[in-house]
Amino acid sequence: MKHSNQAPFWLLFGAGGMVSALIGAALVFLTGLAGPLGLFGPANPITYEHLVAFARNPLGGLFIFFVIALFLWHAAHRIYHTLHDFGIHLNAFWWLCCYGVAAAGTLVALVSLFKI
Amino acid sequence: MSSLPETRTIVVEVLRYQPDKAETPYLEKFDVPFTDDMSVLQGLQYIKDHFDGSLTFRWSCRMAICGSCGVMIDGVPSLGCKTFMRDYYPKGFRVEALAHFPIERDLVVDASDFIDKLPRIEPWIEPKLKKPLEQGEYLQTPAQLEQFESFSHCINCMLCYAACPQYGLDQKFLGPGLTALAHRYKADSRDGEHPARDELIHSTEGVWNCTAVGYCSEVCPKHVDPANAVNQNKTASALGWFARVIPGGRR
Amino acid sequence: MTVRKPYVRSMEGWWNRVPFFRRYMAREVTAFFVAVYGLVMLAGLVRLSQGQAAFEGWLAQLRGGWSIALHVVLLLVFMYHTYSWFEIMPKTMPPVVIGGRKLAPGTITGLGLAAAAAASTLVLVIAWVLAR
Repeated sequence: MKHSNQAPFWLLFGAGGMVSALIGAALVFLTGLAGPLGLFGPANPITYEHLVAFARNPLGGLFIFFVIALFLWHAAHRIYHTLHDFGIHLNAFWWLCCYGVAAAGTLVALVSLFKI
Repeated sequence: MSSLPETRTIVVEVLRYQPDKAETPYLEKFDVPFTDDMSVLQGLQYIKDHFDGSLTFRWSCRMAICGSCGVMIDGVPSLGCKTFMRDYYPKGFRVEALAHFPIERDLVVDASDFIDKLPRIEPWIEPKLKKPLEQGEYLQTPAQLEQFESFSHCINCMLCYAACPQYGLDQKFLGPGLTALAHRYKADSRDGEHPARDELIHSTEGVWNCTAVGYCSEVCPKHVDPANAVNQNKTASALGWFARVIPGGRR
Repeated sequence: MTVRKPYVRSMEGWWNRVPFFRRYMAREVTAFFVAVYGLVMLAGLVRLSQGQAAFEGWLAQLRGGWSIALHVVLLLVFMYHTYSWFEIMPKTMPPVVIGGRKLAPGTITGLGLAAAAAASTLVLVIAWVLAR
């Protein structure tokens, strides 16, 4: 009998799921609708200046990193298992497609934040 | 003068499977007269008594405690004795053998996977504290009882297995009902160490096959809530995984 | 003695058989949209790290019709994710006893949804305050 190693991925799935459940919709609204459409009027948080200042702030940078990383790890775990639900036979290829993208995304996010 | 219960007729469609007569299952319709107090089980008994004596199905107590009469009614895992034909009038309904198990004959499934798995969870108490009879009973507070009581109500009807798509997709999964039973013991303050049971729960055959569909708890006739039992153990398993992996951690 | 020939039925399309399973699949499929938004945010972050010109280009794309339409869809899906997440959450928890009584699943869901409403408001208020 093999001991399952799903635990760490499931915890990331849970953390990402919780964060996205609490503030995901608000972030979509902020970054994809209110910001671009100028619904905030003159005090628009979605501008180069404001976002660079936010990303350079240690707390702001951590927030951006964790939101992006956790959303990707949450999605990877759920998508991987949903493929199985749809009858797709899971193997290393599909594992990499899912978790590999999350890992790559996490790395890119880290590198980008350091560049700012 | 009392009035007799009104007799109406309903169409009952049954998935038949008679391996000695045909290669594959086929649907057969019966016009069953019924009164409002008649269960689906009684409908099946009527069919067997009046239309086709070869109709094969399991039943016993006819009061939702023995767990024998589980079937799919319009695709929903149900106890035949606890479902009433009046609720499907006038449309009628379809009865099939419990999903996710091989069909033996008509509505009888091969339940051997469930039966074989049962002893593997070690469904008994190893007293945490061994004491002789003279010292009296093992005491338990109402709060301690609350932790596991609902999980002890399982009647082994296997509706949850018919509801669980993960079990349907992969029978290596221990499944909802047996995980609930394992949890009944795990959460019982009187129970001690069961390394074999824990290994099974935390293995690739155990709780990690569950994706929290929750249909098992929805269909359970005894409100055992197996989904809760399985998912509570995911947290325990996750913490245990870290304890194993971190050097010096508890194995 | 009859020969046994147990018949195994197909699992094809199982998720479409009852409304309960369709709702489960809808919940699971939200993950594809969470991934899309995660990648959209990542793209924005990369553009941000590439300097003002690059980021202004990104903002112009965000103002486009396709992006607005996408984000409306994402918003609706994320709201369904929030609802379905807290709907299943009670199932994953051990009994929570408060004042001698077990907390009902509906209460836990309600508290979760209230927390989401509060957290979302906080995010928007903080964003607006920081921009002033």
